[in-house]
Amino acid sequence: MESHLLLTAAIWVPIAFGLVLLAFGNDRSPGIVRGIALVGAVIGFLVTLPVIIQFDSSTAEMQFVEKRIWIDLLDAYYHLGVDGLSVWFIVLTAFITVIVVIAGWEVIEENVAAYMASFLILSGLMIGVFTALDGLLFYVFFEATLIPMYVIIGVWGGPRRVYAAFKFFLYTLAGSLLTLVALIYLYLSAGSFQITDWHALPLSMQEQVLIFLALFAAFAVKVPMWPVHTWLPDAHVEAPTGGSVVLAAIMLKLGAYGFLRFSLPIAPDASQELGWLVIGLSLTAVVYIGLVALVQSDMKKLVAYSSIAHMGFVTLGFFMFNQLGMQGAIIQMISHGFISGAMFLCIGVLYDRMHSREIASYGGVVNTMPKFAAFFLFFSMANAGLPATSGFVGEFMVLLGAVSFNPWTAFAAAVTLILGAAYSLWMYKRVVFGPIANEDVAKLKDINAREFVILALLALLTLWMGFQPKPFTDVTEVSVSALLEHVSVSKIK
Amino acid sequence: MADFNLTALVPEIILLVMGCAVLLADAMLKEAQRAWVERLSQFSVLLVFGALVWQAGGPAQTAFGGTFVVDALSAVLKMASTIALFIALVYSRRYNIERPVPRGEFQVIALFALLGQMVMMSAANMLVMYLGLELMSLSLYALAAMRRDDRAASEAAMKYFVLGALASGFMLYGMSMLYGASGSLDLSDISLVSRAEQDKTFLVFGLVFIVGGLAFKFGAVPFHMWVPDVYQGTPTGATLLIATGPKLASFAMAYRLLVEGLPGVVVDWQHMMLILAGLSLAFGNLIAIAQTNLKRMLAYSGIAQVGFVLLGLIAGMVDGSFQLAPLAYGSSMFYIMTYVITTLGTFGLIALMARSGFECEAIDDLKGLHKRSPWMALVMLLLMFSLAGIPPTVGFYAKLIVLEAVIVSGHLWIAVFAVMMSLIGAFYYLRIVKTMYFDAPSDISTPEPAADGRFMLGLNGIAVVVLGLLPGPLLTLCVEAIQLSMVVR
Repeated sequence: MESHLLLTAAIWVPIAFGLVLLAFGNDRSPGIVRGIALVGAVIGFLVTLPVIIQFDSSTAEMQFVEKRIWIDLLDAYYHLGVDGLSVWFIVLTAFITVIVVIAGWEVIEENVAAYMASFLILSGLMIGVFTALDGLLFYVFFEATLIPMYVIIGVWGGPRRVYAAFKFFLYTLAGSLLTLVALIYLYLSAGSFQITDWHALPLSMQEQVLIFLALFAAFAVKVPMWPVHTWLPDAHVEAPTGGSVVLAAIMLKLGAYGFLRFSLPIAPDASQELGWLVIGLSLTAVVYIGLVALVQSDMKKLVAYSSIAHMGFVTLGFFMFNQLGMQGAIIQMISHGFISGAMFLCIGVLYDRMHSREIASYGGVVNTMPKFAAFFLFFSMANAGLPATSGFVGEFMVLLGAVSFNPWTAFAAAVTLILGAAYSLWMYKRVVFGPIANEDVAKLKDINAREFVILALLALLTLWMGFQPKPFTDVTEVSVSALLEHVSVSKIK
Repeated sequence: MADFNLTALVPEIILLVMGCAVLLADAMLKEAQRAWVERLSQFSVLLVFGALVWQAGGPAQTAFGGTFVVDALSAVLKMASTIALFIALVYSRRYNIERPVPRGEFQVIALFALLGQMVMMSAANMLVMYLGLELMSLSLYALAAMRRDDRAASEAAMKYFVLGALASGFMLYGMSMLYGASGSLDLSDISLVSRAEQDKTFLVFGLVFIVGGLAFKFGAVPFHMWVPDVYQGTPTGATLLIATGPKLASFAMAYRLLVEGLPGVVVDWQHMMLILAGLSLAFGNLIAIAQTNLKRMLAYSGIAQVGFVLLGLIAGMVDGSFQLAPLAYGSSMFYIMTYVITTLGTFGLIALMARSGFECEAIDDLKGLHKRSPWMALVMLLLMFSLAGIPPTVGFYAKLIVLEAVIVSGHLWIAVFAVMMSLIGAFYYLRIVKTMYFDAPSDISTPEPAADGRFMLGLNGIAVVVLGLLPGPLLTLCVEAIQLSMVVR
């Protein structure tokens, strides 16, 4: 059995730190707790760096593979590995965790240990989802992420947090339980839980369609796609800032990643056959949800809807089955991780000071918070897909892919460029520009060093990715073309 | 009798002797020394466990002319039941001290209930089976009635007794039918008759009553009405014993009677089990949502969980072949074991939270537990997610393996139904977590359970996660136990 311990470390280091905090942390010494959490998050991030640095982007094979027997009766393996589709998400997850720990530094005053522990454990579990090559292991990680997120929303959330937490949990569980049935079915057909065996497994059209739909139930809820998206605005609005950041930046990607790893390669014929359905839902998300975002009066809700619209772009890119579209979608996923995370952090900065998310309670923030206004403008522009930011790269690639797929699809998708700019910038205008709206705004203090550092980091990354997308496209290229080649071959017996 | 073979009964004999010793000690010792009775009884349980381990090293054997068997299945179930009793005794110790419960008698009766369970697990003869069943049931009725000045407890005990007696009557009636059809009380003889080519109307007639009796002991819908009342009414110390070990014994009884005794009419009882399982899953989960009493809610949740156990029993025989039986029955067994582990924890927590004059019975009593006692809240959170079947807790694998058995036997849509029902179930387990974590505490007192109970609860929580990360050994144990005892037959 091969054993590369790097991925294991990336999963278990944050979880171990989280458990230590749960076991020994208490609220009497929050300083130490925060310190330990930061150390854990940073070590967790550093561990992932060798994975991306040593990653060989010339092959679509799995790398850093670790494989040990796990449950022998079920022939399930503790099998980890990364390829071009997943490698960036591991780094992204670990990085966002560092950001979240810093972002919660002074803001969270109650149950600090439990808060930090939840995020660290969540981080490890999500890396587990991206690296698992055993179907059962994947499912265990995928489901286990619900527990910390449920607690995060419910304990540190806003006034309607209980409703939001239940909705989040039950929606996601409803989808993934059907997936469980599909996974068991695949296990029984293939005689193993190895995802690679499932990729090679011949299946009849009817089986493929049922499996595709069962998987779709879980992943579409997680992405989330219209019309099963309604849990997301609630969850985002009620979650604490850190929760929103993780939710938008990474958790939504779990669903999109599921399409890449499971739906497309396991049921390629059904994917082709039902591609129109996914594309239709994606375009609905892009256009209709974009319009919904436009009329929101709550900033967080607005960004939540914009997330749904952006994720619609991702699923659109996947199901056009061309290189540009799919690669662009993956770039879009990574870029959305930075930008949506930053947007929620910006709203968090305002909320910490004013305790309001209503656009109407603001106005003229630029007068009192100039540094913040600059960052906020930058991220709003990036959210709208301004060239030279990472938001542009992904959207542009997907649009190019769409043109070669079907000009009308491209036309509908391009609406996002207008809508995205409209809702992002209109919100920005109402919140930041104009005369000082009220006394509370007049008393605002500009961002402190801690907030400056995290926003600056994210801004730099967004710029870097916008100017220099090559590291990202290089890594994904071979794996994406291998996947497309796999999907183009029929699996029907 | 040539085949007397007392060595097969060593654990039972030890338990019987120790039970009597505990009874005598209780009579001799003064009130102040009562703690020694408890220590002695805990020691006895450990001793029995030791004897079981010693015995498990040897080969399968029979005693009393083949009416009493010691095989892999009985060994595993007996050990599980012994451990469960030990844990329950630890949890209930402080609880009993603080209440007007005759502590000595509690221990003696608990030991005899265990003896009854062990006899049931080894029975290869219907008379022996009934003997064990009644020994266990009568002990449990007495346990339930132990607080006779308490109205709720007396009512619960009365219901338990009357309905239990009715179920025993069912069982006995069914057994007499089987005896009439086969002319023997030995399950191996009945098995031969059931497989012979002949009219089976008489057997099936008896089978209906057997299944009715079993369903009552399991607490499956529509024979479930006693469960919530008894769980709610009895003192938590006794609920711990009623809700755990007897479930293991019921599984043993179902396996011995149905799989070993009546394989010839398997199609008939699989259909009955399917109906019972479907109803239990639906009603258990739906009614649990409406409960405000914690113990009552757990009772309905238990009913729903039993539905999953019964699902495993429908999957053993496919197209006339028992090839998949070890997996199917093993999955049921694994499920019931994990259910017992989690149930010990949940009722243990309720017992530990209770103080003199205060029973932690309403769900609202858990409000804000996270702030008052983070450790206990965390354990309860794990237990709830385990009952809901969310990984990485052991409850997930229990559901997984049962679903796998159900799907492999060709009942894909039943699996989908079960999954949908467990989604409904997730709601009320989540609500407990919500009460503990999201609600503000209504009383600010911190529960201070006894050190041994606290320690045990911690172990219990860790067990749920460790078995959740590495479920392999226990799973293999269950499947192999079934496999081995099927080979012997």
